[in-house]
Amino acid sequence: MSILVNKNTKVLVQGLTGKTGTFHTEQALAYYGTQMVGGIHPKKGGETWTGSKGETLPIFASVAEGKEKTGADASVIYVPPAGAADAIIEAIDAEIPFITCITEGIPVMDMVRVKARLDRSNSRLLGPNCPGILTPEECKIGIMPGSIFRKGSVGIVSRSGTLTYEAVFQTSNEGLGQTTAVGIGGDPVKGTEFIDVLEMFLADEATTSIIMIGEIGGSAEEDAAQFLIDEAKKGRKKPMAGFIAGRTAPKGRTMGHAGAVVSGGKGDAESKIAAMEAAGIKVSPSPARLGKTLVEVLKG
Amino acid sequence: MNIHEYQAKALLKGYGAPVAEGVAILKVEEAEAAAKKLPGPLYVVKSQIHAGGRGKGKFKELGPDAKGGVRLAKSIDEVVAHAKEMLGNTLVTAQTGEAGKQVNRLYIEDGADIDRELYCSLLVDRSVGRVAFVVSTEGGMDIEAVAHDTPEKIHTIAIDPETGVTADDVARISKALELTGAAAEDAKSLFPALYKAFGEKDMALLEVNPLIVMKDGHLRVLDAKMSFDGNALFRHDDVKALRDETEEDAKEIEASKWDLAYVALDGNIGCMVNGAGLAMATMDIIKLYGKEPANFCDVGGGAGKDKVAAAFKIITADPKVEGILVNIFGGIMKCDVIAEGVVAAVQEVGLKVPLVVRLEGTNVELGKKILNESGLAITAADDLDDAAKKIVAAINA
Repeated sequence: MSILVNKNTKVLVQGLTGKTGTFHTEQALAYYGTQMVGGIHPKKGGETWTGSKGETLPIFASVAEGKEKTGADASVIYVPPAGAADAIIEAIDAEIPFITCITEGIPVMDMVRVKARLDRSNSRLLGPNCPGILTPEECKIGIMPGSIFRKGSVGIVSRSGTLTYEAVFQTSNEGLGQTTAVGIGGDPVKGTEFIDVLEMFLADEATTSIIMIGEIGGSAEEDAAQFLIDEAKKGRKKPMAGFIAGRTAPKGRTMGHAGAVVSGGKGDAESKIAAMEAAGIKVSPSPARLGKTLVEVLKG
Repeated sequence: MNIHEYQAKALLKGYGAPVAEGVAILKVEEAEAAAKKLPGPLYVVKSQIHAGGRGKGKFKELGPDAKGGVRLAKSIDEVVAHAKEMLGNTLVTAQTGEAGKQVNRLYIEDGADIDRELYCSLLVDRSVGRVAFVVSTEGGMDIEAVAHDTPEKIHTIAIDPETGVTADDVARISKALELTGAAAEDAKSLFPALYKAFGEKDMALLEVNPLIVMKDGHLRVLDAKMSFDGNALFRHDDVKALRDETEEDAKEIEASKWDLAYVALDGNIGCMVNGAGLAMATMDIIKLYGKEPANFCDVGGGAGKDKVAAAFKIITADPKVEGILVNIFGGIMKCDVIAEGVVAAVQEVGLKVPLVVRLEGTNVELGKKILNESGLAITAADDLDDAAKKIVAAINA
């Protein structure tokens, strides 16, 4: 089992015809035949996209048309920042159930607008500013490198793309493998939070342990820790390891991710680590020891 | 991106917010003429630096007994005397660090008769994904201390983007601030105006501390701190024009030209990493092994060879840097592109300090091959732990 995506997921690409969209669509097609079913371009509807190895996909003028013609239930967005919010809203309007936005650098006020639309819809948005989601040997949406994954039992959820890869790589090397890895993204306003993903991992039978990677800024980690404490009281609990990036980050400075900033005395690493430890998560001091830390937890 | 108080007030005035009359000056000779433009008899001379705590700050050159970075003056002569003491000197506040900041601009403002000092800020409340007002009756002081000591005195009112600031929202804000009479009337236009300015200009933070109730019962924006969403500057040329590069680190300015996420720090291990989380984690692990990072640097996902080379040059140009750690886990970023960029930069500027490179992910074999065949003195590392150990060992050697 897995969460959110599997071998039956059909994916449209918004921003397929650009360089980034093309490269990662080729990678997705090459990854266990992820069902990439078409691309969207308002002026190139009816044309055909051709990848560097001769792969082809139909291009549709709108998400709604693409969904109607292919039965797609997911979309991935590689549209540049200035147009990305409108691309997300187009996918929401087309009632795409699962939308992943990879784009980094979307203005926060655009995401405030998107969030208001999202809250009134049945769509789920993953991201933006995220690496996407991958279920090993079934489906790859986004930019995670497929080669480091291994089918297995660990659910991974992270605010950081590259730290997701660290967790994946290390759990693969430990022989544990992954059910699904989910990058929720580094922006302050986003579609899917830790709690949403943790709920799904707790419900997923194949996921027998979880790695959660947070970073400074906001209170999503603290909220997630409280959620885990509440669920544990109902008897829902899985072994967890975690990491928080940014212990050494200076206050008031935005560290790359728009959401990674300690401001107004809130969002520092120490309070997040304390909250996660209190929820029973073993927090690794080093990002290089995520896999080993989880193994220690599993040994008890 | 941050701007000065006087720029923020001018911007707010354009939205109809009540601000005092004032004139910004760069030279002492301009002080008298500036003050003469104001009604008097009370003036305020305010240091314009991108840091808070100016009033309680001290000028390095003037000794501990001299007045701070915000001063009252009761005559034009006094304004000029203050300007002479303040301009060109270094103001050290709780937010500047020990080095302080040189005061290159002053803002001379009409004084106000203050009855009450309030706090009002707007920011994006990430827990609900909406712009929110954060208000408190405890204005004019460090709001972090208020939040810590008396959290019940801070009220957060999030605004629905579909409706904007409603009459009900204004009523809630006014109640929280205990506004009555003329002030409550002023609130009906002020709070929607602040919200409009925040949204239209893509601000990240708008802080009015204090917002004052004057003795005549009206509201006035007495201080304003404004910062903008860097991701939205592309659609605000007017805001970009307000940037004061003398307030920023030269390396950070150069990095921003290349769209690199770079933050200068105090340590001596330079870092070049892809991904913000991994870049922070790389700093953390350097610290874990007993050293301090010289910088945060995320080259991002879509960097080309030129951008990687530019990042490498900025890092090596920092005289504090005694060693460099390149840590790449390629997803969107391809390892061969990083390798080519590093090799190109080293060939151009040379390599005077130890360099440890850790590559993993997309096109990793190709990347390693490029580094190996370059003939450069690069230490390869297997993983992040190994990389951190190796660079710390190289510096200690």
